[in-house]
Amino acid sequence: MNNNNEKKYIRSHEPVFWGLFGAGGTLTAFMTPVMILITGILVPIGLFGEGKFNYQQIHQFATSWYGAAIILILVALPLWHTFHRIFHGLHDLGVKQGRDWQQVICYGSAFAVTIFVLTLLLQMIAA
Amino acid sequence: MANKTIKIEILRYRPEQEDKPSPQLFEVPYSPDLTILEALQYIKDHLDSTISFRWSCRMAICGSCGLMVDGVPKLGCKTFLRDYFPNKIKLEALANFPIERDLVVVMDDFINKLEEIKPYIIPEDNTKCLSDGPHQQTPEKLAKYKQYSMCINCGLCYAACPQYALDTKFTGPAALALLARYNRDSRDAGSKQRMKIVNQEEGVWGCTFVGYCSVVCPKGVDPAAAIQLLKVESSKDYLIGMFKPD
Repeated sequence: MNNNNEKKYIRSHEPVFWGLFGAGGTLTAFMTPVMILITGILVPIGLFGEGKFNYQQIHQFATSWYGAAIILILVALPLWHTFHRIFHGLHDLGVKQGRDWQQVICYGSAFAVTIFVLTLLLQMIAA
Repeated sequence: MANKTIKIEILRYRPEQEDKPSPQLFEVPYSPDLTILEALQYIKDHLDSTISFRWSCRMAICGSCGLMVDGVPKLGCKTFLRDYFPNKIKLEALANFPIERDLVVVMDDFINKLEEIKPYIIPEDNTKCLSDGPHQQTPEKLAKYKQYSMCINCGLCYAACPQYALDTKFTGPAALALLARYNRDSRDAGSKQRMKIVNQEEGVWGCTFVGYCSVVCPKGVDPAAAIQLLKVESSKDYLIGMFKPD
């Protein structure tokens, strides 16, 4: 057939986003239900961590290096997961217009919030 | 003596006499051991000899008789009337492929994709001489690819794949599973050539892991798993490519 001109293969950059998607998805699946259970149900009805979830304690955690790192990961990765899913969901729904812009808006939002949270945490640590 | 019958509605398309496909209803004698394929043969022999469908082996080996049964991709020879009786059965040509005639589809795109992935063992250069005897494989090496070698190219997974439905540029489940089969074979040295196909947007990255391909596969190949494993390989390849572009 027309094998005369060798087909050009273009490498996709999807592994980067798929990696963040996978990591975020794993976190969401394992951590979110636990966090909702603790902070949304057990703490408010007083079954867990009595007196340990006050402002001072949480602030102390957030301004420690390891605490800040954990919070950043817990916020950023699920966000990358979500926006990746939305980006591909739009394709699945047949929204064909402006795929470039969809990509910029989706991953741009995830990137922006990641940087925002990072800056916020660094400011808190520095303060 | 009650002669039971079952209604079968077939989506017919005869390009020389109609612009678009239209359904035609048949009524065939019912028996619990009859397959859809046998019902089609009954229709062709006794009711309407103009009906077109592909078949050959009658035992889920040749992969010819793929069709949509009530909207689900199935092999006609492996699907029994008893699982639908007494309801009417709706038969259509395999989804996501152009219809050539009645239940016969044009499979060219799928065949081209199978060819593209180089579905054969590519030996290393300076390969050993024939007189050195056969390539030995341990059961572990065999187990790495055996499952993916069971594909019969029936195309059910392409009919099931929503991504292929949206964009036929996607390499698709069976071709990628077969690609995995050769890349995972210890006797093969063609991974580098095939990874170029895998790494593209139309390669594994066109897949969003819906998994329906593996559900409909009549041979338990699990193409979805093959593709997800290839995504991991592609990600490794991406990292290596960042430091060592070729």
